Amino acid sequence: MQNEEELLHEVTNKEYEYGFETNIESDTIAPGLSEDVVRRISKKKDEPQWLLDWRLKAFAIWKNMKEPEWAHVKYPKPDFQAISYYSAPKPKKELASLDEVDPEILKTMERLGISLEEQKKLTGVAIDFVIDSVSVATSFKEKLGELGIIFCSMSEAIKEHPELVRKYLGTVVPQSDNFYAALNSAVFTDGSFCYIPKGTRCPMELSTYFRINESGTGQFERTMVIADEGSYVSYLEGCTAPQRDENQLHAAVVELIALDNAEIKYSTVQNWYPGDKNGLGGVFNFVTKRGICHKRSKISWTQVETGSAVTWKYPSCILKGDYSIGEFFSVAVTNNYQQADTGTKMIHLGKHTKSTIISKGISSGHSQNSYRGLVQISKNAINSRNFSQCDSLLMTDHCGAHTFPYIEVNNQSSMVEHEATTSKIGEDKIFYCKQRGISEEKAIGLIVNGYAKEVLNKLPMEFAVEAQKLLEISLENSVG
Amino acid sequence: MIKITNLHASVEGTEILKGINLEIKPGEVHAIMGPNGSGKSTLASVLAGREDYEITEGSIEFLDKDLLDMDIDVRAKEGLFLAFQYPVEIPGVSNVNFLKAAINEKRKYFGQDDISAKEFLTAVKENSALVELDGKLKNRSVNEGFSGGEKKRNDIFQMAMLQPKFAILDETDSGLDIDALQVVAKGVNAMRNDNRSFLIITHYQRLLDYIVPDFVHVLYDGQIVKSGTKELAMEMEEKGYDWIKNN
Ligand SMILES: Nc1ncnc2c1ncn2[C@@H]1O[C@H](COP(=O)(O)OP(=O)(O)O)[C@@H](O)[C@H]1O
Ligand SMILES: [Mg+2]
Repeated sequence: MQNEEELLHEVTNKEYEYGFETNIESDTIAPGLSEDVVRRISKKKDEPQWLLDWRLKAFAIWKNMKEPEWAHVKYPKPDFQAISYYSAPKPKKELASLDEVDPEILKTMERLGISLEEQKKLTGVAIDFVIDSVSVATSFKEKLGELGIIFCSMSEAIKEHPELVRKYLGTVVPQSDNFYAALNSAVFTDGSFCYIPKGTRCPMELSTYFRINESGTGQFERTMVIADEGSYVSYLEGCTAPQRDENQLHAAVVELIALDNAEIKYSTVQNWYPGDKNGLGGVFNFVTKRGICHKRSKISWTQVETGSAVTWKYPSCILKGDYSIGEFFSVAVTNNYQQADTGTKMIHLGKHTKSTIISKGISSGHSQNSYRGLVQISKNAINSRNFSQCDSLLMTDHCGAHTFPYIEVNNQSSMVEHEATTSKIGEDKIFYCKQRGISEEKAIGLIVNGYAKEVLNKLPMEFAVEAQKLLEISLENSVG
Repeated sequence: MIKITNLHASVEGTEILKGINLEIKPGEVHAIMGPNGSGKSTLASVLAGREDYEITEGSIEFLDKDLLDMDIDVRAKEGLFLAFQYPVEIPGVSNVNFLKAAINEKRKYFGQDDISAKEFLTAVKENSALVELDGKLKNRSVNEGFSGGEKKRNDIFQMAMLQPKFAILDETDSGLDIDALQVVAKGVNAMRNDNRSFLIITHYQRLLDYIVPDFVHVLYDGQIVKSGTKELAMEMEEKGYDWIKNN
């Protein structure tokens, strides 16, 4: 049997599995942030005046904002003047087919197990693959097009569907929302855009694989999903990042709009480079994700978070319409010196609105894992309900789990239930599994996956399998 | 099968097992009786490899190998099974998946391919029928929300699925009504053969009416103080453990 030191050694020597870098020539703007840089980004992207104005307004707001300090995370503040705000892979020419995609990019996809060809043929998943800031491969567009579904990069949407972008951009996450959202609004370079027309059920899972690729390039994605009245879409977002030794900033914004009777299911598996065994390097992930629900509509956020050095992320729902529903299902794993401060906000404005929060935190090594949630039920949101369950599982004695639930109920007819538990992974359970011939690693995988099952079950099938593997990999040899 | 020689074990500095000698040959069924706190579960735990216990002296040979040298899961893969006095619950892990993982880990250890779905299902069907395990329980999480009796039955079901060479049953009879007891005994008896050995730990003689042992030992204060055949169990029941204390 291993002693604690040996275990610690093994844990800390486990290298990041997806640590590799693609060699792609990049067209990069020199580091630094100013009004001029914002103008240059907009110009490079050939954007309309209204968008440049929108960006400049965001920049003006951002300049007067301070980086938030309230989260339970510690990190060296990024030097925003040391970051390059634009980087686009240089495709050799216009991309008409997959053959013309940069072979380096295709190779990267293959190493990640996401062969586009295979995905296309076998899974029926349309993929909008984002390397750094520019989408280079979009598939299934035609098929979706027949249904009137738009699934493309943000840049393309700005060109092809400006009226939709203009109508909804910043309506859920305004420029002034928070420090990182303001920054994103000023400098976002690309992202994904999705529109489902009235009464249409999107026949496949829409999937985007993000990757941060350019050393020293912060990535500022902007994603919008608009589900028109009575429509349905399931959207998958997954990420891995190459290993590097300086912190990378990622400040994405995701806006979801569910119009009357629509439903959006947004699932994320996030596995960005978490930093080395000493906590060096790794991605800083400061994301603003929010959805707005109109009448009788529903938004479900499901996330499996195993990566990033620092995670700051609260996928939220504004339940504006009567009888609308918001859900948040989360598994967050932290190991080594990772820090995660994640949770959700459910803002009940409409009558008879309902929200459910299931959060499963798993901490290992010296990591810190916090749940932060706000349930706010306004005066007018009569007969509303919330159920929250926040569980924490500790793998070692050196890690931390914290829960910060904020609850505000402003009427008499609504009800809020909150349950929270913290437990250490049971020696008894591990012993029981091992006595049946199951190795320690596998036993931990089983127990942890069992613990997170409620959330994993919410993921689309193929994602659930991937997520299970990820949990096992993230926690190998991590009991102490 | 297994040979325990002068085994001493302690927990947090307190000696619990104080020199145990016991040999079990292939095909034999041994019973260990003894009052609460005499060290019965400790012996079972030490055999299974639980880390809370420190072996201060002695040796254990299992199938001609040094048992104390093997990790917990290796002991299990080599064919040692423990039916727990208190089986634990593993939320979210289905009984069937758990068993499949256990069977495949063992097969991998012996260089075999994973069990086929068909073979597995057939075994599940046969063995759950053997211990009259409610069909619904197979797909539920391991022991979660099971009654005491269901948990014990599930452990015997697992034993039947894993086909161990040497099985230890730690007070499997406690908390069972007479019907459940008979079902468990039926399962064990069906598995008895010339190559498989059992160590039945019990506080009462009752179980031994149904699983008739070849030998009976009395454990008292960490030592085997008396050994004999099944008549010894009857005698113990009649005279009570005080009888041992006063001898
Ligand atoms: N993990 C442990 N920590 C402390 N004491 C223990 C532990 N396990 C067993 N003991 C003690 O060892 C003695 C024997 O216990 P046990 O083996 O469970 O007896 P039995 O199964 O015969 O009732 C008891 O006095 C018990 O309190
Ligand atoms: Mg006992």
